[in-house]
Amino acid sequence: MNPETMLPAICTVTEIRTDTPDVKTFRVVSRDGKKPFEHLPGQCAMVSLPGIGEAMFSVTSSPTDLEWLEFSIKKCGHLTEWLHMLEPGMEVTVRGPYGRPFPVDDELLHKNLLFIAGGIGLAPLRSVIRYVRAKRENYGNVEIIYGARSKADLVDYDEITTEWTRDMNVHLTIDRAEDAWDGHVGFVPNYVKELSPSLDSVALVCGPPIMIKFTVQGLTELGFRPEQIYTTMELRMKCGVGKCGRCNIGAKYVCKDGPVFRFDELGELPDEY
Amino acid sequence: MKYLPTARLDRFLEDAAKLRKIYVPVDGEQNRAAYRLWMPGTVVSKALNTTRSAKDFFFPQTENLVGFRRTEKKLEIVDPRRETEDFAVFGVRACDARSFSILDKVFLSDPADTYYANRRAHGLVLSVSCRRPAETCFCTAFGIDPSAPEGDVTFTDDGEGYYVRANSEKGEAFLESLSGVFDEADEAGEKEARAQTKRIADRLPLGTLPLEKFGGGKTKDLFDRPEWSSLSESCIGCGTCTFVCPTCQCYDIRDFDTGREVRRFRCWDSCMYSDFTKMAGGNPRLTQKERFRQRFMHKLVYFPENNGGEFGCVGCGRCLRACPIGMNIVKVLKTLAEDGNES
Repeated sequence: MNPETMLPAICTVTEIRTDTPDVKTFRVVSRDGKKPFEHLPGQCAMVSLPGIGEAMFSVTSSPTDLEWLEFSIKKCGHLTEWLHMLEPGMEVTVRGPYGRPFPVDDELLHKNLLFIAGGIGLAPLRSVIRYVRAKRENYGNVEIIYGARSKADLVDYDEITTEWTRDMNVHLTIDRAEDAWDGHVGFVPNYVKELSPSLDSVALVCGPPIMIKFTVQGLTELGFRPEQIYTTMELRMKCGVGKCGRCNIGAKYVCKDGPVFRFDELGELPDEY
Repeated sequence: MKYLPTARLDRFLEDAAKLRKIYVPVDGEQNRAAYRLWMPGTVVSKALNTTRSAKDFFFPQTENLVGFRRTEKKLEIVDPRRETEDFAVFGVRACDARSFSILDKVFLSDPADTYYANRRAHGLVLSVSCRRPAETCFCTAFGIDPSAPEGDVTFTDDGEGYYVRANSEKGEAFLESLSGVFDEADEAGEKEARAQTKRIADRLPLGTLPLEKFGGGKTKDLFDRPEWSSLSESCIGCGTCTFVCPTCQCYDIRDFDTGREVRRFRCWDSCMYSDFTKMAGGNPRLTQKERFRQRFMHKLVYFPENNGGEFGCVGCGRCLRACPIGMNIVKVLKTLAEDGNES
């Protein structure tokens, strides 16, 4: 990390993919055409359009993607509306990486992994999934349960169906039936219970707070212990380095002590997120 | 040990002002003392403390962090920082002097905030002991001795002048270069002056507080206490307590487009404000109760938990005087401690 934490790097957006009606993935490189910085899966960065604002986004590319960083961003506020108007070749600023990553090289190593995501919640997990695929022999069986409102809202649908299915078991679901969908229909927490995943795996859960809540409830009913479940949190952040004082849950700062938390750790914190 | 008779204070300041800018408390309207740049003729306030704390010197209310210029499609970064000049602050009381070491724990912890660190490196703290602490003072509850404040140089007031002692190399060098203005003195006088202050400090009505109920690890005991509702009921969320507080350090970062360039600045913010934690997708602190609770839990539980047990309050009493609804940290402490005994 740059010791001048408030001075960002200027980066060029080289490619923009439209994932869903309200999610785009931005590929960025630094001015010299290289990856702006190294990160670990689950870490975040501050992306900004000077004059518009700056906000924290999870890096959705993997450390094994050597040439660029990617951010999958949902249009849902002031800055993100502007980001969605960007065109390739335009510049943004990026600073980071921030926060504690998923323990891909220690606690998750050689484990069976169960990824559970809802909507844009796939974005932070995508970094881990791509990392696991790049080092596939280091991990056991991998199950992915992913759901969105509709087929069109499934982020990374093409990557999932053409690549991820090759070496992982992918289970997709959408909230309501559609003509062009012959897959599963229903909410993620219920689908998880239906699939009843093996208890000898580690779950990584991300999605809207309500989806996380019911999913974890379901996992607990199935017999998962809090120590087996990870999630990644999101709160308002400004500085990214534990000083501006707004992203705390109890005595922990999401930007620095998180964003990745194990559920037994979260259980120690007040319910204010 | 050196001694500075009150009659020679102006000469000391005049000499000191030749070495570096020196700020002193000055009486303003409605008995509001505030730090001002000393110039010949400036009258140093006799008020016990300034209305605002001294944190501005190291953590100013607004500060430019970085600038951006946009030419066609390209961005250019402008570092707005100029080397800060050396300066000194005279008249810092024990509470505010301690607040700097609390702010240090936030801003100098890894990764250090270079803007704050730069100001700290250039600033010299000349603290003055409190001859007569006020009824709203409770620094002693937090282990602060108003007769012996921290700082690069301590001025111990005996009513007729100051015993002057350097506590740091920086302070020592400063006194060395001003030696002509001081008398030599022995330590007995300083000791006696301190004892006089201590006798008053020991009788302060708020001098001891039930802090054993608070501190790191007490989140579970305190977070869901029903009293937060009644304590916060009248809070209007004005944030005055956070602005006058010497240890409140939450800040916002925003961009201002001047037309020529974008200035990214930080400014004091307040956890008492409704939009402090508001996101596009919701707000984890929906009502004033949650915001109010955050402020006191931070000072009394979260900060000590992360900083070896040290509380995030110095007992300066500014919030007691400034709150428009008469709520304050003392009432919060006492209410939560009392009811905790009963349950």
